[in-house]
Amino acid sequence: MREKATTLYIGPQHPGITGNMMVRLKVEGDTIVKAATEVGYLHRSFEKLIEKRNWLQSFTLLCRFCVPEPDPVEESYARAVEMIEGREVPERAKYIRVLVLELARIGSYLLWYGGQSGSLGLYTVGQWSVGDRNYILDLFEALTGARVYHMYIWPGGVRRDFPKGFEKKVIDTMDYLEKRLDDYDDLMFDNAIFKKRTKGVGIIDKEKAVEWGVVGPPLRGCGIRSDIRIDDPYEIYDKLDFIVPVEEGGDIWTRALVRRQEIRQSIRIIRQVIDNIPGGEYYNKVPNPQKWALPKGDAYARTEAVRGEVGMYLSSDGSINPRRAHFKGAAYVHAITLLEHLLVGENLADVAAIMNSLGTCPPEIER
Amino acid sequence: MSFDLKGTLKPLTALKQFGQKPHTLTNVPFIPREAADRYRGLHYNNLDECIGCGNCSTICQNQAIDMIPVDGIEGKNGDSGLRPRVDHGRCCWCGLCVDVCPTGSLSLTKDYVYVSEDANSFLWTPGVDNPEGDERVSFFSTKETSLNDLGRIPMPELEGMERIKSFAEVVLGYNEEQARAEASRCISCGLCTEACPEHMHIPEYINAIAGGNDEDAVRIIYDNNPLPEMCGKVCTRRCEDICAIAHRGDPIAIRWLKRYATETVENADLLKEIINPEIKEPNGFKVGIIGAGPSGLTAAYYLALKGFDCTIYEANSKAGGMTMYGIPRYRFPEDSLDKQIEYIQKIGVRIHFNTKVGKDISFGEIYHNYDAVFMGVGFPKPWTLGIEGEELHGSIQAVNFLYEINNGKKVDIGNKVIVIGGGNVAIDAARVSARLGADVTILYRRRVQDMPADWEEIEGAEAEGIHIISQAIPIQFHGDEKGHITTVEYLKAEMVPDEHGGRPKPIAIEGSNTVIEVTAVLGAIGQQGDYSFLEEEFDEKVKIERGRIVVNEKQETTLNKLFAGGDSANRIADAISAIADGYRAVKGIEELLMKGK
Repeated sequence: MREKATTLYIGPQHPGITGNMMVRLKVEGDTIVKAATEVGYLHRSFEKLIEKRNWLQSFTLLCRFCVPEPDPVEESYARAVEMIEGREVPERAKYIRVLVLELARIGSYLLWYGGQSGSLGLYTVGQWSVGDRNYILDLFEALTGARVYHMYIWPGGVRRDFPKGFEKKVIDTMDYLEKRLDDYDDLMFDNAIFKKRTKGVGIIDKEKAVEWGVVGPPLRGCGIRSDIRIDDPYEIYDKLDFIVPVEEGGDIWTRALVRRQEIRQSIRIIRQVIDNIPGGEYYNKVPNPQKWALPKGDAYARTEAVRGEVGMYLSSDGSINPRRAHFKGAAYVHAITLLEHLLVGENLADVAAIMNSLGTCPPEIER
Repeated sequence: MSFDLKGTLKPLTALKQFGQKPHTLTNVPFIPREAADRYRGLHYNNLDECIGCGNCSTICQNQAIDMIPVDGIEGKNGDSGLRPRVDHGRCCWCGLCVDVCPTGSLSLTKDYVYVSEDANSFLWTPGVDNPEGDERVSFFSTKETSLNDLGRIPMPELEGMERIKSFAEVVLGYNEEQARAEASRCISCGLCTEACPEHMHIPEYINAIAGGNDEDAVRIIYDNNPLPEMCGKVCTRRCEDICAIAHRGDPIAIRWLKRYATETVENADLLKEIINPEIKEPNGFKVGIIGAGPSGLTAAYYLALKGFDCTIYEANSKAGGMTMYGIPRYRFPEDSLDKQIEYIQKIGVRIHFNTKVGKDISFGEIYHNYDAVFMGVGFPKPWTLGIEGEELHGSIQAVNFLYEINNGKKVDIGNKVIVIGGGNVAIDAARVSARLGADVTILYRRRVQDMPADWEEIEGAEAEGIHIISQAIPIQFHGDEKGHITTVEYLKAEMVPDEHGGRPKPIAIEGSNTVIEVTAVLGAIGQQGDYSFLEEEFDEKVKIERGRIVVNEKQETTLNKLFAGGDSANRIADAISAIADGYRAVKGIEELLMKGK
């Protein structure tokens, strides 16, 4: 006998959702028959506001595009501005930027550890990983002066040079984390519950993934090697030795494996940065921000964030404000197109786990 | 599905974490966690260093900062007297305010805890409400991290030794690209507007130049200054002395930017077309103006715009007063004023040249024939040193010397010249003498840093090989039997601090007599007024104090319907103050004549 469908709402306030977003579900028993993502809780009109600000002022908005990993947005904006203006960035600044981006990647993945496991009831992982993420935030605090909203990468380079003894602090933290990752393997990836709940759940079809523009770990989890850091290297990624992990399968499990390996790659990158960072300037100073006009032109700079490719399109009409700013985020496709499709046929209890595995970020969807 | 033994046992290894050091600090909140050395926490402002420029408030995109008056802090030249108040409920701690602060007074501290049930209490003034923040400063700006453009775009100039070969203009002027770049350094704080005697709309016209709107700049400039090209070349630029950017870098080249804007307009016709002034219908009142110096020309221009019929009487053959006859051609070429004077004449001002009041026409005639009279007669008479030997042949007054040279006449100064004084006239006389081929030395009573002359002029003089002997007080000139000066004798001086807090005084050192050989001495210790043209009936009614005509805030003298301005009425005695006097007099004259209309 066919059960009567019930409508359920997940969000906008829900611990399984990484921000304010709602998914309206039609369920028959425990099985989802229809899912619709509804956004509109976080719209702050950032792109329009950027048009009203001068080229430097926007950076307080940029970091708020995606709270867990603000730096790729800062970086893509800064690089788009530099592309329009033809501004050189000192080599040292590029190294520092990569360091920041990779630290942010690790921090963000640690947060995801907590979210992914938490959505399956493994709360200890979250308690550990948020604690470990704090050591990354300590590094950010020492380097940028802030823990979460760094506002550190900006046009021309970075805001401040390394504080004294920073390199050692970074290496110590990396050493610690590397050891710690084994503990996470024991607790999470070797966990029977985790494996059972993730394998074969939320399977993304490889062809659909390409068709829809899925990016980042969800795409790499389908066996497609795609990473802006390698496909279109920016900053100094072409000088670094690292691999982009790929897993075949397309389910939550493979996406988790991809992320698990990426943390180790990020640590590898950070060690290379610290070993090879050149001296010299860290900032090619921009003119007086109040009157700094960019030449006419436009640019699109893309960066690999934890969610996948993100990018900033900027257009300048030669004035002191951007004429148009448009941000391409990964979360839109993942949380709307893909999620609505993936949830159909899945179990109600897996909604949060699937959502977490896609790297949805509601503030990035709406901006 | 088979039983996953490994997957069941492995997670249990987490138990080994018992006894590990916890991530959290156990003593929080009793002992707050110490923030990083660069932490961006609550604001602190060093109130003494802050100049209230408001750049922090301008850059803040959260509108979290407003500028308010603070008890115990008075506005003064170069300080608005306002201080930033931060709404800590709106602030997002980006620290842009810190990075744009031109003095570096604003910083962020390690403090990040502020708890109150009163939402309004989040609005407080850093430095006033948290004086202890001084010791907690963590995020601050230095010259290296400052977002201000500290370096000035260098002005193209003739080379030092190339200059003294001729009277060619030394400063070559910015080109468009340079002007835009220099204008872009301005932070539009407006402290300069307050410092300018004429309160010119400096940030506005600099903004126009930065934005590529030179014609707008010209219109804004002409709003209250009809002689901008002159000011653009020789203004004493008090604005630049207090420029906010000067606290850490070079002040914005406000003077050169004004010069750039006005030089983009080629002739008087174009000037008229661009400014397109609204000239009121004639109102039937006639105003007589004595002296076509900066104050007289300003009064005439703005009165003419208001429909007054203006006539200027000028003793010389060209307008400009002291700027035309006192400032050497290498700073102020003869044609510098032509365009502006022609434009002023085009809007209806009549100028009678070569008409000296008191000789060619009497003061009484002007006074009786006009509804109001403005007098900008300047300080034509030089002060003498009052020492022995001053009457010797070869002892010349610098203003007279400059006047003769500017009129194309020859003055025999020989090859070894001493200039006495430290003001702009002294430097001018010295640099002119160098161009005439003389070896020039300046004697000044105080130290070089005390010289009232423009620092750029002093640097210019030094670049041209002029020696400056500071702390030297001349006591006697010696001559030969033909009555020609041969040597100058002076005493060395030591600087003694003033008991009343004034600037240190030079006191001659007994027995330090030094003698220098000379062929000529140019005295430049100041000028005074000459009011001999005033007939007796007026002379007693016009109150004169310490050589200057007494005027009220509308430039009105003690004699009915007589107004005065310029050097003869104000102590600052520079061109821009004279222009300000002329501008004020316009309001005074308008009020007097248009009463009840």
